[in-house]
This record gives sequence, structure tokens and C-alpha cells, in this order.
Amino acid sequence: MNETTGQTAAPRPSLGLQLPRSQFEPATGEPRIAVRNLDFFYGANRALKGINLDLPDRRVMGMIGPSGCGKSTLLRVLNRMYDLYPGQRATGDVMMDGQNLLAPTTDVNALRSRIGMVFQKPTPFPMSIYENIAFGVKLHEKLSKSAMDERVEWSLTRAALWGEVRDRLERSALGLSGGQQQRLCIARTIAVRPDVILLDEPTSALDPISTLRIEELIDELKQDFTIVIVTHNMQQAARCADQVAFFYLGELIEVGTAAQMFTAPRQRRTQDYITGRFG
Amino acid sequence: MSQHVVKSYDHELVRLRDLISEMGGIVESQVALAAEALATRGSDAASRAVEHDAQVDALEREVEQFVIRLLALRQPVASDLRHVVAALKMTGDLERIGDYAANVAKRTIVLAQYTLPFSVAGIAHMARMVQENLKSAIDCVADNDADKAVEVWRSDQVIDDLYNALFRELVTYMMEDPRNITPCAHLLFIAKNLERIGDHATNVAETLYYAVTGESLPDTRPKGDTSAYAVVRPNE
Repeated sequence: MNETTGQTAAPRPSLGLQLPRSQFEPATGEPRIAVRNLDFFYGANRALKGINLDLPDRRVMGMIGPSGCGKSTLLRVLNRMYDLYPGQRATGDVMMDGQNLLAPTTDVNALRSRIGMVFQKPTPFPMSIYENIAFGVKLHEKLSKSAMDERVEWSLTRAALWGEVRDRLERSALGLSGGQQQRLCIARTIAVRPDVILLDEPTSALDPISTLRIEELIDELKQDFTIVIVTHNMQQAARCADQVAFFYLGELIEVGTAAQMFTAPRQRRTQDYITGRFG
Repeated sequence: MSQHVVKSYDHELVRLRDLISEMGGIVESQVALAAEALATRGSDAASRAVEHDAQVDALEREVEQFVIRLLALRQPVASDLRHVVAALKMTGDLERIGDYAANVAKRTIVLAQYTLPFSVAGIAHMARMVQENLKSAIDCVADNDADKAVEVWRSDQVIDDLYNALFRELVTYMMEDPRNITPCAHLLFIAKNLERIGDHATNVAETLYYAVTGESLPDTRPKGDTSAYAVVRPNE
């Protein structure tokens, strides 16, 4: 329930959105994205090796592993960020709604509006709080002023930021604290109403309370969005994620529920990593 | 198992295991002394068994505090978490075993005042079996040996069978001569205490199995104390 406008989560016709999104149906835990036999290359370097992984619908998938294990690379593959760099290529299938996201025919801009990403450091645009949200929406939709106001309020509310910024929407986003900036980036991501949100170490630059706010937010958002979070903080993966995937040297070693992974992992390498035994 | 990157964490986990082993050693000697007191009907061994109790209680408190500290400061996961939680459970089982052993010892002191018209060899035998089982359970902990834990877990059945036979035997003596009632009542409690020690030793083995493998042994463990349903009539 949107506290400010009294809107319920479904349906939201006033937002002027035509897409019949799965997010209006109850979560089934069925795969939203299915990764099959995925290999990824930085030039000649094979950074991902034969990855097979399902990202369940409206669940949180936590990805853990030491630096260079490929977890961030996989995140970059999911919304084709690597397209921006020459010499990087992916082979295999990343299936979403019967479509292979890796296919050359995939509209990358449309893809990125459906699979949004939040980075390690907050990256607000040097413009007003309002414009930070409206900017991305304008790229994909034509909204009236009142519809846009409503969308801005909706996304800021969902990102648990509305109460703190409602009186200063026209002020620069750069004046916000780090934690607020990160929540603004999350608001900006959900403003275009994606299906999937990718979070790349979203709290590593934040203090503990801001971190817990983001984690609470993740818990909220998974009702509507499929979430993938890459984190170096094991406790964070344990707290936030429904499923946890452990990567090592470009391979997916093990995936399981957070409870199983942190009480009785099946693989020796997972055990060594999460207990802090990696040499 | 390979070492933690943070070495002091390894030292703490080793210390925790040492504490449990130390506690296990003392409890085991308590049971041994109680068994000896039963067999020889000597009060010296019995009073030594009772004296160990304070030491066991102090160790239990130490393990509890150490586990709380580890949970708070190290936030263990996976096998570390299982071993830390297992230590907390085992310390409770071992403390109970110590209490039962002390109780057996106290009762043997009372028994020494009676001249028994029957042999206590059966119950002394049971005490030795329980002591052996307990020793195996404590060895499993020291060696982190899940296979051995399964053996201990299985062998409790024999002790339960012995207990059921003793129960019937003692009730028969009481029916034969009312003067046997006081010593036999003590012997019944002794047998029951020994049977409980066997159960707690089994718990230790079960807990160790979970700590090592991450899997629980089946809910239906071999449990054969049927004395709760036993009826012994004079004409039987």
C-alpha cells in the first residue's frame, strides 16, 4: 500500500503503464530469468564458465564469492552492460519471457528498463531530486505532469525516501546523505517499473543503519520485483537473500536457500569461503 | 579442515573443543568411580565421584559463556556454527550425566549398609557398559568422528535391554522379601540413572553427528526402555 496516495500495489492504471507485468500476480517462485550454459569472455579471458542458474520470480538471489569470481560479471551480463565495452562477449542463453536476452535483436534500451541496476557507490545525477527520478521515466514513457508527479512520489515512497525529501524535491540530489542517495538511486531504478533489480554491493559505502534501511527496503521490494544482490557481506546475504549462489573462479559452485547455505553447505569450497577459511 | 584466515578464531574453536573434552573426561571418571563403587561396594570411590560435581558445573558455566561470546563476536556459520551450537548442547548433556553419576554414587553409600541376599553383578555390568558407551561418545567428540557416533547411537539399545531385565529382577526380589525393598528401591534408581546416562551419551553422539555432517540422525533412535509398561506379578 502506498501510504501517501493510498494506492494499492495492483493494479496501478493511474501510472499510465500498459505493460501486463507479472508483478501484479502472486509470486510463484518460478524462474523469472533462466541462465543456461553461459560463458563470458573479457578478450581471451573466460570469466564465466558454463553458468546454469534460475532467478526465481519475486525472490531475492544473493550472489557471493571472492573478488574476481564472476558474480559482478554475471550481473553485467543480465542487463547487457558489457555491450558498452569492445572485446567483451557472452555465449549461451539468458532467457526471460521466452526471449534470449543475449540475442543481437534484443532492444538493449528496453531491456535495461526491465532489468534495472544499482551500483556500489550512489550515483545520483547532478540535478534535482525530482529530476533524478523523472529523467529515466521520460526516456521510456510520455507522462503528463500530474502522472509524473505521482510516479515520482510512488517511487520515492517505495524506496522509503519520500518522507525525508517531500519538502525539497527541487533541491540538488547531491545534498543528500550517502544512504539517502543510494535510496534515491533505488527509487530511480524502480521508477521505470522494471521486472528485475540488480544490486551490485549496494550498501558497501553506507553506515550500518543506512545499510539496514536498504535491507528492509529489499525485503519490501521483493513483493513486486525479482532482485539480485551481489554482496561481500556474508551476513547481509544471510539476512536478505532467499537463495544464495556461491561463485568461485568463474564457476557457480553451489546454490541453495540461505538457511541451507549458511548452516550446512554441500560443497567444501562454499564452506571454506563462508566460514572464512579461504587461503 | 583448513584454517581460518583469522587464526585467533581457530584457537577459540580448539579451546571450545578442549573444554568439552575436559568436561567429558571428568564426567567419564565420575561414572567410572560410581561403577567401581557399585562393584566393590566401597564408599571411597563413591565420595570421590560426588566431589567432582562442582567442577563439572563450573565447566558447564564456562562453556556456556564461551559459546555466547563466540556467537556474539564471531558470528559463526556452516560447520563452525554447528560445532559451536553442538558444544552448547553437549555441555548440558554432560552436566546431567555428572548429576546422575553423583546420584548413583550417593546411593551406593547407602547400599553399603545392607547385606544383600542377591548379587549386584548385573547392575555393575550395566554400569560398565554405560561407562564404555560414554567413553566412546566423548572420544567421538575429541576425534570429530561421525561414523563412530553412529555406533554409539546404535549401542544404547543393549543398555536399555539390560535395564528392563534388571527392573523385573529387582521387583521380584522385593516381592520375595519386604526387607529387600529399601536396597532394591535404591538399586532401581541406580539402574534408572545409568539408563539415563546412556541416553545422554547417545544425545552427545547425535549432536556430534549433526555438527560434523550437517544432517540429523533419524528421529526414531534405538530406544528400548519398556519398563514404563512392565508388570511383574507374584505368580510369574
